[in-house]
Amino acid sequence: MSDFDNRRKILKGSAGAAAAASLGAGGMIFSPLAQAQNMTFKPEKGAKLRVLRWSRFVQGDIDAYMANVKKFTEATGIEVRVDNEGWEDVRPKAAVAANTGAGPDIILSTNDDANLYPEKLLDVTDLAEYLGKKYGGWYPAVQQYLRPDGKKWLGLGLGAAGSMIVYRQSMVKAAGFDTFPKDTAGFLALHKALKEKGTPGGYALGNATGDSLWTNWLIWSHGGKLVDKNNKVVIDSPETLKALEYGKELYPNFIPGTLSWLDPNNNKAFLDGQISVTNNGISIYYAAKNSTDPKVKELAADINHASFPIGPAGVPTESHLFFNQMIFKYTKYPQAAKEFLRFMMEREQFDNWLIGAGGYIAQPLAAYESCSIWTSDPKHTPYRDSVKNMRPTGYEGKLGYASAGAGADFIIANMVAEAISGSKPPKEAMERAQKRAERYYKV
Amino acid sequence: MTRLEKFQNNRHALGWAFMLPATVLLLLFLTYPLGLGTWLGFTDAKIGRAGEFIGLENFSFLVTDSVTRLALFNTLFYTVVASIAKFGLGLWLAMLLNKRLPFQSFFRAVVLLPWIVPTALSAIAFWWIFDAQFSIISWVLMKLGLIDRYIDFLGDPWNARFSTIIANVWRGIPFVAISLLAGLQTISPSYYEASAIDGATPWQQFRHITLPLLTPIIAVVMTFSVLFTFTDFQLIYVLTRGGPLNATHLMATLAFQRAISGGALAEGAAIATLMVPFLLAAIMFSYFGLQRRAWQQGGDK
Repeated sequence: MSDFDNRRKILKGSAGAAAAASLGAGGMIFSPLAQAQNMTFKPEKGAKLRVLRWSRFVQGDIDAYMANVKKFTEATGIEVRVDNEGWEDVRPKAAVAANTGAGPDIILSTNDDANLYPEKLLDVTDLAEYLGKKYGGWYPAVQQYLRPDGKKWLGLGLGAAGSMIVYRQSMVKAAGFDTFPKDTAGFLALHKALKEKGTPGGYALGNATGDSLWTNWLIWSHGGKLVDKNNKVVIDSPETLKALEYGKELYPNFIPGTLSWLDPNNNKAFLDGQISVTNNGISIYYAAKNSTDPKVKELAADINHASFPIGPAGVPTESHLFFNQMIFKYTKYPQAAKEFLRFMMEREQFDNWLIGAGGYIAQPLAAYESCSIWTSDPKHTPYRDSVKNMRPTGYEGKLGYASAGAGADFIIANMVAEAISGSKPPKEAMERAQKRAERYYKV
Repeated sequence: MTRLEKFQNNRHALGWAFMLPATVLLLLFLTYPLGLGTWLGFTDAKIGRAGEFIGLENFSFLVTDSVTRLALFNTLFYTVVASIAKFGLGLWLAMLLNKRLPFQSFFRAVVLLPWIVPTALSAIAFWWIFDAQFSIISWVLMKLGLIDRYIDFLGDPWNARFSTIIANVWRGIPFVAISLLAGLQTISPSYYEASAIDGATPWQQFRHITLPLLTPIIAVVMTFSVLFTFTDFQLIYVLTRGGPLNATHLMATLAFQRAISGGALAEGAAIATLMVPFLLAAIMFSYFGLQRRAWQQGGDK
């Protein structure tokens, strides 16, 4: 795209902002002298912002985030209050804020939240397009989450907490694998070999909100999916059956007890050396590296990460916890809020935040693939492409109440657990899932 | 006489005035939420979106929903087994504590501990007891050579049901025991002396003195116990989140999962409303228990 086109687009965006300015709000300043692509929003006089975000999984995240917030306050004089809540509590709070029209100006939430109340969110198309252009484009999954109609941006992507394969190098090697398998056939062979060596793997099969996401991968990697493009439930399919039968072969090689596993179980079992491979955020490695227990610290050297293997579907089909950033229409300071998000997403700040989060968060914009966190320790690298290789929850339908409800009700996770543990025949588990999902996706 | 004096001398007006604060509190914090919850069950409200009246649609779906039916079964099973266990063990403990013991007050205080500890905390303790990899029970039994692999306390549906029941019983016993102990102490010792002179055995004393005189207390205590158990949430939420395979999902946890995590506020409200008939039944039980007391005391009814 030529420079001229860029300018025209940005000027077009500023027309709307200028209209807002005439109503007493701030406007956007286009400065041709600086880089042609730079955009700023002029905060309203006396603006103050309240931000609600999910509380950190790793301390470095919030430290770096707050350092950036402080920088913003110093640069603009805008006071920003940041509240933290457990990520599962942010969703109901955000929904209530949207419904009552009062609450934080900006909420950082998860997955398909923005799709539940799109009409309550401030249109951030200009900002999103600006950032997209400047930083190599938003990954497809981000667009599916936040630009559902292909035009209007409901919010900005923030990133995703990658849930990758975490394994013990020595044990995988002892089982006869020099590198971690890249396809589902190799993955199964590895788990059989690991089990024989007495160092099994394990993946959460309980109602674990984060770590049970691997069950999405299991279904997607074999071409199964909950719904098609038109939100028709199609989980009862030959592809799903194949996935479940594959899972049935995989499950006996797990450590006993995975049916009861919630989110913390695999971390504990892994750090205790009881399992050789699981799926998790980078937090296990992070915890091991920073542990005061010398034995656990030693473990860090043996930990490595890998992307989820690719199955018959032929493409990466990962499932991660996605984070968004939403500005609510009720905010009194829309320009200040946009300026805040812009500031936080610019390289000078965002790089530092990614580094602070220690690889726990992967970027939503392609240009940040070059962030030093992904190369400062080669073990971080697999997490780099989390958002790039991710599919949104509720793939491949439209996102909204149905996808949110089906996800929270553990329909896929329950189906996989029932089928692969042998508690129900795969066919029956699949039909049950179909019926449960149809309820959510009914018109 | 001024108006104020008139008012102060009017028993009815004054009575209503004194009841006003309590009435307002009850209406505001009990009737309104309960009414709203019931109403929501008849709508299609989502979190963050007001719903429209859809009649019995939620209920007619829930009746056919396998997970809800399982949750209803789990809840009834959980309540019945846990309540019976709590009653039996609680009564036994109350009778022990009613005997003259050294350090009597100390024991009575200590017994209350499980009841005082916040549920979330005790649930975490039970988590360590029942953990698939770190269970202290499994570890001890392994060391003793009694088992060759860890017990899958929370990973097998029936094990998980009984494990959560045990945790609930442990937590609920103190309430039952201390309340029944209070009841036992209201029974005059002269009955026991008189029966002893007549040569009654301890079992006969229990059967014909303790039990009948304790019945009204038992009715109240067990009603509360059943209500607490039936509406239990925290313990399950921390221990299993309703897993494995939804085998420990209770009505309360399922209602939360659907309404708050899943956003289907109306459906969650409908599940919660489905609990009301059962709770009402428990309250009726208590009501008739109290009636019996009037009869025992020689009343007309």
